[in-house]
Amino acid sequence: MSNLVLRIEDITMQFGGVIAVDNLSLEINKNEIVSLIGPNGAGKTTAFNVVTGVYAPTNGAVYFKDKVITSNFPKGQMKKLYAGANKDKYTSTVKNTPDMITKLGMARTFQNIRLFKELTAFENVLIAKHMRAKANFLSASLRINHKEEKAMHEDTLKLLDILGLTDVKDEVAHSLPYGQQRHLEIARALATSPELLLLDEPAAGMNPQETDELAAFIYDLRKKFDLTIFVIEHHMDLVMDISDRIYVLDFGKLIATGTPQEIQNNQRVIDAYLGVPEDGE
Amino acid sequence: MKKSRKVIASVLLALLILALFMFLDANKARYGMAYTVLQKGIIMAVVAVSMNLVTGFTGLFSLGQAGFMAIGAYVTAIFMIPAEHIQDVYYISGISPAILEFKLWLESLPSWVQAISPYFTLLLGGLVAALCAALIGIPVLRLKSDYLAIATLGFSEIVRAIISSPQMDTITNGSYGLKKIPGFSSMVQTGIIAAVCIAFMVLLLQSTYGRAFKAIREDETAAEAMGINLFKHKQLSFIIGSFFSAVAGGMLAMFMRSIDSKTFSITLTYDILLIVVIGGIGSATGSIISAILVTLSKEWWLRFFDNPLSIGGFKVPLFRTGFRMVIFSIILLVVVLFYQRGIMGKNEFSWERVGNRMKGLKDMIGSKKGGAKDV
Repeated sequence: MSNLVLRIEDITMQFGGVIAVDNLSLEINKNEIVSLIGPNGAGKTTAFNVVTGVYAPTNGAVYFKDKVITSNFPKGQMKKLYAGANKDKYTSTVKNTPDMITKLGMARTFQNIRLFKELTAFENVLIAKHMRAKANFLSASLRINHKEEKAMHEDTLKLLDILGLTDVKDEVAHSLPYGQQRHLEIARALATSPELLLLDEPAAGMNPQETDELAAFIYDLRKKFDLTIFVIEHHMDLVMDISDRIYVLDFGKLIATGTPQEIQNNQRVIDAYLGVPEDGE
Repeated sequence: MKKSRKVIASVLLALLILALFMFLDANKARYGMAYTVLQKGIIMAVVAVSMNLVTGFTGLFSLGQAGFMAIGAYVTAIFMIPAEHIQDVYYISGISPAILEFKLWLESLPSWVQAISPYFTLLLGGLVAALCAALIGIPVLRLKSDYLAIATLGFSEIVRAIISSPQMDTITNGSYGLKKIPGFSSMVQTGIIAAVCIAFMVLLLQSTYGRAFKAIREDETAAEAMGINLFKHKQLSFIIGSFFSAVAGGMLAMFMRSIDSKTFSITLTYDILLIVVIGGIGSATGSIISAILVTLSKEWWLRFFDNPLSIGGFKVPLFRTGFRMVIFSIILLVVVLFYQRGIMGKNEFSWERVGNRMKGLKDMIGSKKGGAKDV
């Protein structure tokens, strides 16, 4: 088996006349931490949503562990509107809904935390275990599956313990402090037993010290859960700290890729982030 | 509270309720009003919990309850009316020969079959409604909130229109309705059927599927990202909710002894919605408590306001037929204004909460005594 976990091929996402992601290709190997960075509105989250099945791309394909999970080509009205490349390369349509993709072993967090607000931390994580439960509604109601249920509870407690959330397990999610909500969201994603974890701006709204802790935390996660991690991030410190490789997106286009050092010295990236002086000095 | 004590308390409560039912059964003549109203309350509790399952726990604002109840009620009624009364009931256009033959065959079966046939009929009504729910769920469950409410409301009216249409005369007796439906043999029987239905729904809600329903209510996008198939789970909740609504509809037919399509108009759905809102959207025990309270006060306790009242020769105005509904509406307004989340909110009844309340009361009394000493 190849080492490749995720491969995005020629993804274009076009909303009407707006091209949010333009012909993006990238690869992520096993146990890597790869970051996707770019200024606001560069199309990072859109790319994420295509990978996780929220959007069907206008053109292109996504492979997870060598298996195609999303594939599309411009058709209908889009065919006339479509301005991107590789127009005729893809001819088959594969569409997996987000829940199917999660089942395959890809879990995500959200940019603006999306916990089950009125449920406890424990329930939040426990719900993510539902997908792997074998019981049907009858056997679950009549408690024929009590062994499985017990195992789910134990696994959840274990996971909360690893992520340091045991003390707050009976607290309602929306009453938790911000940092713990972030942790809880990661715990919930991990409860689906993923191979690839997608973090959408995990450091949003954190101060420098919390960001440092987060970096260590993400490193730790990879080791403990044998994960491959794909991060979208704004915080340069965090990205440079944790990434094995970085992809830079600007206006939907990939403008650079490489190790943190290479990216730091890349003129196009610096221009994209700091802007180019108008008189070209 | 310890687990063993909780079990003992629950068993005691169940026995107490059973004893009350048996007492009412034995003294039916003396407590006729209590008997009837409580029986209706129990039936409403089943529908209210089933509506709460769909609306409160899964977050699907469905207003189709009356339609599903009608399906259950008509299936139950058609199967249960004894063959000897058939000609009296279908006196206008007669009954379809196939149904009559089936009934005669059913009645020729041994007596133990007769004994279980009411339960079987209720189950059958539920299954028919579940099938309908599965079919209309496919297009309708793609809609969200208000749109879903309107679509299900429409479905409920369609069911009513079909039942009362002249083309259905030989099956549902059209707009003349059905009567002479055999009733419940006892309060205990009503109670046990209701208890089994409610227990199943509560167990489902506490299982991993119930948690998935709640996840969908809280955040669909997140639920889907956690691997929960939205459509499958919404469909499941909708089907099970409709199944139990239909069972309750069958029970209502047995309770009322005679039904027609107007029994299942939109107002019935509103009555149930009211019970769910007062009890707390997302609380099964809240729905049960509120179903009993609302039915009791609407049908019985507030009757007082319907009769003319004179104090010392002075005739109090306003006290006349229909005034009770005014009082009832005022109480509703007050409840909704001051208990916005209903009696129970999203909480369930638990002995721990009762224990805490008791303790709080004790402390309050204790502190008052302490305060008195200081003075």
